[in-house]
Parts: sequence; structure tokens; C-alpha cells
Amino acid sequence: MGDEFDYQRVMDILGSREQFTQGDVACAYGALLGGCTFFAGYPITPATEIAESLARLMPRIGGVCAQMEDEIASISAVIGAAWTGRRAMTATSGPGFSLMQENIGYACMTETPCVIIDVQRSGPSTGQPTEPAQGDMMQARWGTHGDHALIALAPASVQECVDLTRLAFDLAEQYRTPVLVMTDGEVGHMREKIALPTAEQVTLRERRRPTMPSDQFVPFRAVQGRVPEMADFGTGYHTYVTGLTHDERGLPATDDAAVHTQLVARLCGKIEDAVAELTRVEIDNDEGATVGLVSYGISSRSAAGAVKLLRLQGVPVSHLRLVTVLPFPEQAVREFAAPLERIVVPELNLGQICHTVREAVEGTAVVEKVARIGGEIIQPAAIVRAVQEGGQPVRSG
Amino acid sequence: MFNKAEKIREKYIREEMWPSIFCTGCGIGNVLSYTMRALDELKLDIDRCVFCSGIGCSSRLPGYIEADGLHTTHGRAIAFATGVKLAAPDLNVVVFTGDGDLAGIGGNHFIHAARRNADLTVICVNNFNYGMTGGQVSPTTPVAAVATTAPYGNLEEPFDLCRLAIGAGAPYVARWTVGYPYETIEAIKNALAKPGFAFVELLMPCPTGYGKENEQREPAVAWQWYKENTITRGDLGRLDPEQRAANRKIVVGTLWDVQKPEYTARWAEFVQSL
Repeated sequence: MGDEFDYQRVMDILGSREQFTQGDVACAYGALLGGCTFFAGYPITPATEIAESLARLMPRIGGVCAQMEDEIASISAVIGAAWTGRRAMTATSGPGFSLMQENIGYACMTETPCVIIDVQRSGPSTGQPTEPAQGDMMQARWGTHGDHALIALAPASVQECVDLTRLAFDLAEQYRTPVLVMTDGEVGHMREKIALPTAEQVTLRERRRPTMPSDQFVPFRAVQGRVPEMADFGTGYHTYVTGLTHDERGLPATDDAAVHTQLVARLCGKIEDAVAELTRVEIDNDEGATVGLVSYGISSRSAAGAVKLLRLQGVPVSHLRLVTVLPFPEQAVREFAAPLERIVVPELNLGQICHTVREAVEGTAVVEKVARIGGEIIQPAAIVRAVQEGGQPVRSG
Repeated sequence: MFNKAEKIREKYIREEMWPSIFCTGCGIGNVLSYTMRALDELKLDIDRCVFCSGIGCSSRLPGYIEADGLHTTHGRAIAFATGVKLAAPDLNVVVFTGDGDLAGIGGNHFIHAARRNADLTVICVNNFNYGMTGGQVSPTTPVAAVATTAPYGNLEEPFDLCRLAIGAGAPYVARWTVGYPYETIEAIKNALAKPGFAFVELLMPCPTGYGKENEQREPAVAWQWYKENTITRGDLGRLDPEQRAANRKIVVGTLWDVQKPEYTARWAEFVQSL
């Protein structure tokens, strides 16, 4: 079943192109404008408004919205729906994201396009349900067991909740992978003005489906590039989908080292080797700066505030904002770091992406952090202080 | 009969997967055969069928069928299948699962799918133990039976999966042993034809796992146990009240068959009404 995307039908439901709304609702809008016609989820603060919005909107565009019995069922249903040809999504927060990890790995292994929004809240465990955090970033990278790669985007505004959720669906289809939209309780609940895209701006990148006769189709053989064509269930291609190590035919080959090595290398490689085309960063360089900020998500707004304050005081400082966090834009960060002596990474956690940054710039700039937990976003003044007096050290471990 | 079996095999089986992984005396192959016959007799289009499963011996079944198959994670087959069905209501969605997969790790999905009543056919191969991992105690292991993780005998009460399904709202529930081929084929046909959550529990021996610990290591002995320890609903009804009350055998037959609104039809109607 191919999704027939009808921009006008979606916009008739969403209303005016310019609106004042919150990040979670904007994620729901972005999903619908990204061609999503299937949502399955489970209530959790601070992501519930995404499910509530889609419960209201999805049936009006003829899509499906289901509240499942838990987050594991939600991601399971999403993967099942994706194999029928639909663009499918779930949304959750930390505890639910933890529960989904096994099936996120299943989606990586079976190359199932799907979108997962994690409106991060303060953990570990139940933590501070209503408070924002960026504590799931390493779980986004390594949450499921085994070697794997996937894509993660980090919106910093309500507008980006629309834009990046929409983009996530195209990337999921193009690379046949789960795509994570790593937002947080602050972005999710704050209200800002948004402009929804015009019909011309919305062109969906269709899933590549086989056109050859079914007896010639090898479902996990990548003919063009490293991403195989995907046959929708019910179209006669008889695809066997398994989380076991499988050969190109999709059949189990669990005791074959070569098959496993090739498969996992291709699954990781198709994402990691595409890092250049997946890299989305915003760079605000200041000539003569010896200190730079590397930020993402809500903390990049604190960082931008700090940059303003520092420049007012005549202190040169550069800023790189990661929009794509995974695959990690290593090259862009390394180039950004080249003229710098120090890099400060502000995060709403005790230090996660700062380690990845340190690894990327190894041997050049010193990486420090501004780590804040407890439920309040980072004050620009804290970053200013770190730039002027030194940030917290980043230690291994 | 033999010719028919060959025809079924040629028509529906993924030859590259042969021979199967199943042990001598295991009944899972029979379940495959019965399911394919039921499909064939109903003349269902195999291109429009999706076979979902979780993890365990019985969950390997979709791999042997030349059709779309979704071999998922442990316990989650019904949740994946629900996604397939809600997204594409025209597909026939069949779930193969085992007692551990369905009632242990997947118990929550089982009861909720029965409650939701989307049109799924769930075939549970109940062999009283976790077979693939080597014979551990499961949610259906009888009290006092021995398992590798209950070496002194099981102290926990087992689930009656059919009563659980009925209690949770399933409109069609049947139980047979694999020793009743024609009845099983009929039950699977009924389940496939039922608009809603249809549950078929198939008791079958696991000589390698459960059998080796419980004096059913010999396949012939194991199969005999199922014969001696089950009674059809019809035969039970013919007993006098006192005998019936004293019955401790497992009752097989069609245990529940009612009409209820099916979920995807309800959803379609609701979307139309907007």
C-alpha cells in the first residue's frame, strides 16, 4: 500500500499556515506533512500531546492512530505498519524510549523505515517527568544491543519540530532506518510561531520499491548503493523479515561469520558512510575566536544567548549547532575546532555528547562542558562564565 | 492423502529452508501442515497473507512458508501483527506463537489484542515449556512437572490460555492437540474466517525439552500422553454429571464462538463518519 500524500487534505485539517503552537503539536503537524499515516503510542509526559494531537488529526486524513498497551507494543505496531508501505511513527519520553530499545534494534536489523520522537525528560528512571533534559543522547546512540547505526535529529525550536519531524520521514525511507527526533520537555511544551511549508516545499522522497518480477527479487540485496528496495507486504514478493542474522534472501544464517559481518557492516556503513550528506549543522564563526561552543537541541538556544552576551563584551566566540546528532558530524566538528583552543559543550545532562565531541577533536582543542541537570535549562550566563573562566572538565568513564 | 501433502508442500513451502530445525517427535511441523491445509481449503490468496511470530521454536514457522513473514522479537508478535492489520486491514494476518512467547513475555499483548478484537488469527503451540532454550518452566507448565529451571518440580499454577482469551474478550477460542488433524484444520479454518481475534491453542509434545524431564522422551509415549489426558467437549458432555465434575483431563474443542464488532471495521466506519 503506497501512501498517497495529499498536501491539501492535510492542510485542510491543520488550518492556517502560520500558527502559534507548542513543540509537541508541531511534531504531530510535521509528521502529517511528512506523509505519516500511522501512529501508535502510549501516554507519557511530556510527549502525550503528540499522541493527543494525532488522535484528533489522523482519522481526519484517513490515517490510523492507535493507543497501544505499552511502548513496546507501540514500536512493534509501527514496524508492522511500515512493512505494509505506510510511513509510521511513535512518540515517547525516556522510560518509554528505554522500553523501545530492543525493537529499535529490530528495525535497524530488518531495515524498517520508522520515526521515533523522544521528548526527553529528566532521568534516570521516573526522574522528573515534567522537566526537560538531554539525558537520552547516549541511549539514542547505543540503546539497543549490538553494533548498529541510525539517524538522530535534534530540534531546538517549535518550527524545527515541524521541519525535522517531516525530514525524519524522508530520511527513514531513503536509508531504511529508524530515525530519532530527539526533542525535550522544554521544546515540546513551549509555544512559538510556526510557518507550515507550502505545497512546493513538500515533496516526499518515496520509498524505493521493487519493480522486477517477484522471482527475481532478492529482498536484502542492495542493488543501487547500500539500501535495498523494499517490497510492501501483500504485493506478492513474499519477503521473510527476521531479526536473526540473515542472508540477502532474508533467510537465517546465524552460524555464518561472513554473512553476519557483511550484513552488519552494510547496515552500519549505509548510515555512517552517508555522514556528509546527512550532516546538518549551523555554524556561527567569529574570526579570531579561540573558544567555541558545540551545542544541540534546547541548549543551543542557551549557547546562542551566550554568544550574543560575549560578543557584546567584545569576547570573540564561535558556535556550532548540531541539527543532525547521529551519525555524528565528525568532520564538521573537526573543521570547526581547527582554529580553536577550547570547546565548551552545554548539555542538559552530566556530559554525553561532549565525549563524542572530544573524540572528534582529539589532539586539538580541549573540550569542556557546561552540564546541568535538575529540570531547568542552562542560563546563557553559565556558558559565558565557562568561556571566560573555564568549563567543567570532561573526564573519561 | 500423501499426494495432497506433497501438493501442499509444493504450493506453500519455502524449499530453501528445508529441512526444518524441528526435533523428532515435535508437533510443530504438523501445525504448519494443518495451517496450510486450512488456508488452501478456504482458498485464501497467499499473496495477501502475512505470517507473524515472536521467538521460540514455533515462531520459526513463518520462515518455512513461501509468503510474507515477520519473525519479530520475543513476545511481541501480536503487537507487530496488530500494526500490520490496522495499517492494511485487507491482509489476512496469522500469528504463530508458543506458550512462553504468548503467555510469558507477551502476555500483555495477548490480552489487549483479545480485548481490541482486530481480525487476527493467533495459533499458539503449547508444549508446556521453553523448548528452544532447552526445557525451562513456562506459564503453562503443569504443577509438579519438572523443568530445567524447576528441577524439583513446578510450584506455580499454570495459565489456562483459552480461558484467559475468553476472559479478555476473544470472540473465537478453540483448543486441540496435534493428534486431532481434521478437527485442528477445521478450527484454524474457523479462526481464519472469524472477523475478529481468533485464538487456537494446540497442545503438542516436546520430547526433547519437556519430554526428557517428564517421562515423555519417546515421541510415541509423548503423543500417547496427549491422547490419554484430553477429552473433547462433546465427550465431556456425554458423561454423567458426577463424572463430569470429576474430570481432570484437558478439554479440547471449540470453547467459545460469539459475534462481536471487529476493530478495523469499526475504525473504517468511524473514519468514514468524520
